[in-house]
Amino acid sequence: MKKSDDKSRRSFLNNGLTIGAFSIISGSLIASKLFGNDEPDEELVEVMTTEGDIIKVPASEVEEVPKKPAYNEREGFANRKFVMVVDLAKCRNALKCQDACNKHHYIVGDNAWLKVYKMQESEQTAPYWMPMMCQHCDEPACVTVCPVDATFKRRDGIVLIDNEQCIGCRFCMAACPYSTRVFNWNDPEQETALAEEEHPAEHSADHCGHPSIKGTVDKCDFCPHSIDKGELPHCVAACPNDVFLFGDAYEDTVTNGSGQSYRLSELLEEKAGYRLMEGLGTEPSVFYLPPVDRSDAFEDGLKEYREFNSVKKPEEL
Amino acid sequence: MSKYDDLVAELAPRKFTKLGVSWTIGLAIVTLIGIAAYIDQIIKGQIVTNMRDYVLWGVYISNFVFFVAISFVGSLTAAVLRLTHKTWRTPLVRIAEIIAFAAIVLAGVTIILDMGRPDRLLNLFIHARLQSPITWDVVIITTYIAISALILYIPLLPDLAILKDKFKDNWTGIWYKRLSLKWKGSVKQWAIQKKSIKIVAILIIPVALILQTVDAWLFSTTFRIGWDSTNLGPYFIAGAFVVGVGGLISVTYVLRKVYKLEKYITELHFDKLGKMLVFACLVYLYFNISEYLLPAFTAPKAEEAHLRELFVGHYAPLFWFVTIGGLILPIILLIFPWGRKPKVLFFIAILVVITSWWKRYLIVVPALLHPFLPVQGVPESWHSYFPSMHEWAIVSGTLAAALLIITILVRYVPIIPIHRTATEMGILPNDKDEQS
Repeated sequence: MKKSDDKSRRSFLNNGLTIGAFSIISGSLIASKLFGNDEPDEELVEVMTTEGDIIKVPASEVEEVPKKPAYNEREGFANRKFVMVVDLAKCRNALKCQDACNKHHYIVGDNAWLKVYKMQESEQTAPYWMPMMCQHCDEPACVTVCPVDATFKRRDGIVLIDNEQCIGCRFCMAACPYSTRVFNWNDPEQETALAEEEHPAEHSADHCGHPSIKGTVDKCDFCPHSIDKGELPHCVAACPNDVFLFGDAYEDTVTNGSGQSYRLSELLEEKAGYRLMEGLGTEPSVFYLPPVDRSDAFEDGLKEYREFNSVKKPEEL
Repeated sequence: MSKYDDLVAELAPRKFTKLGVSWTIGLAIVTLIGIAAYIDQIIKGQIVTNMRDYVLWGVYISNFVFFVAISFVGSLTAAVLRLTHKTWRTPLVRIAEIIAFAAIVLAGVTIILDMGRPDRLLNLFIHARLQSPITWDVVIITTYIAISALILYIPLLPDLAILKDKFKDNWTGIWYKRLSLKWKGSVKQWAIQKKSIKIVAILIIPVALILQTVDAWLFSTTFRIGWDSTNLGPYFIAGAFVVGVGGLISVTYVLRKVYKLEKYITELHFDKLGKMLVFACLVYLYFNISEYLLPAFTAPKAEEAHLRELFVGHYAPLFWFVTIGGLILPIILLIFPWGRKPKVLFFIAILVVITSWWKRYLIVVPALLHPFLPVQGVPESWHSYFPSMHEWAIVSGTLAAALLIITILVRYVPIIPIHRTATEMGILPNDKDEQS
């Protein structure tokens, strides 16, 4: 666990998230500098234009802006399209992903957001382990049926839930073909778990289940709070087998928990990646690589397999 | 004039007998138990139900669908028989409208019982999103409640005026006076009333069809096996037709017996209702075959598992009880004239109503037990569903509340239109000809 925690501290995909720290208030000012009628009695500072030219402008005309632009949790990050790749060939049901997810999302119910399914299509075909989380569909059935705009799709591809707006009708759960949504049937009682955190929990769709609210729906949030810090989602960072890769489809790059990056398109082509229930037209953001040439026997995963339990109770930890 | 007084005395609302009083108190107690259970559910959360992440809708939703279905009777008899000028409808129309009104009000209540956050009910209006079938449902149910109330109220005006005079020494007289909206029976008033009824009677037909269809679309707009079917809209309409007529027969029989209305509600009426029921059942049978038998031929594995569960699996006893008791048996028995005699018909109708309630349960629950991915990583009890005591208490409360509304309306509203009956019997001059 220690090792993977260190990994999650690794900054990732940092370049796209860091925005220039300064901006010039007036566009016309740039023009006046470029054509050279400047007043020499003021202190000048050098700044770079969007074209890459260095120009000098009066210090009074330059103001510092926050490092990140005002970020709207309903809109998400600009110019990003987050995707995940799950390499089934490497999964041996270690369940470190699930433990990390449960811990960092304070999941105390009976149904985890991330589950590793024991799969076997038929008696003649080989069994395999399949991690399953919200597929963050581009055509999300859950968002279509939500009557109150509580679950929504962001421009960066992430589907989230505003649990202060959710009325608890559970239509989204009925609509989701991947059965990844969970409901808070009673008071979540996360006080103990949340109290251990340094920062007091604040309601935000960015932190689904942080804290959870009785009578509303939760689900895998793709960890925008981690992305925001330049870290990988908790499951990706925690996996000891590099099963998960996370990244940006626009950059065509995905990174695994060990920090190795791959071209998304090459990976999908070489390993014949696919998506679940493609025929439904939900356009998931999660890709799977088939369970071929496996390093571990399927049976190795059986010792961790718990058919009726996906969230460890405090006494089990 | 004494013939008229006799008629008014016979048809005017009467005080409850001891039996009536105990019936009402009984219903009130069951309703209160339901309310208590609901308050407990609010405090503890829906953990008190047996619904969980897989069976995420249960008996609340199936009960809701039942209420919506039975409310169809209002538009059916009230509007269709009215517009086709079937005179035998007279003693039945108001009963049908009362059932429809009680049922649709309780349908609205029931959907709230299923919400995890009923305190955020207003979000349905504040943050309404038009593409959600639930928004369609909110719009159509509120519309249907309004139209059902109007189609019950507008034809009632002449009767309220009659009752105003009869009970003028009584506190009820004041209310009849207020509600009769100064009805004098002038030519102008008759003209307005006739026009209003016609508008509402025409309006309620598309609204009722949309209501049943939207109700079906709550299910068929999902990917779920067993719900994802284009057949579901007409299937629900046909099913509503069946349970609506069944409910009307049951209530009519009881009222006829209790209030000794044999003179007004005759065997002819039951014969007609029996024919309506068998027709409804035949139509419903057609859609049932489309829904269950046809998919069996080309069923993919998941669908086959779902059908197997219904035909021979865990839900088979219930499925065959519902199919034989609520569909096949009525069709066979109602073909014979003796099957349409009041008493036999009453028992068939009761059976139809009970099986129709369970039918909705079979539409909602088994489909949720067969998701696309296997059910794993959740407690064993989540793999199946049967309502908890809280759910039974709350559902019983809603059913009792519906009967309570019907009972109270029966107590204060003439169940058989007095003025119209008087006109038809030639006791009152028919000066406004084709009044409704």
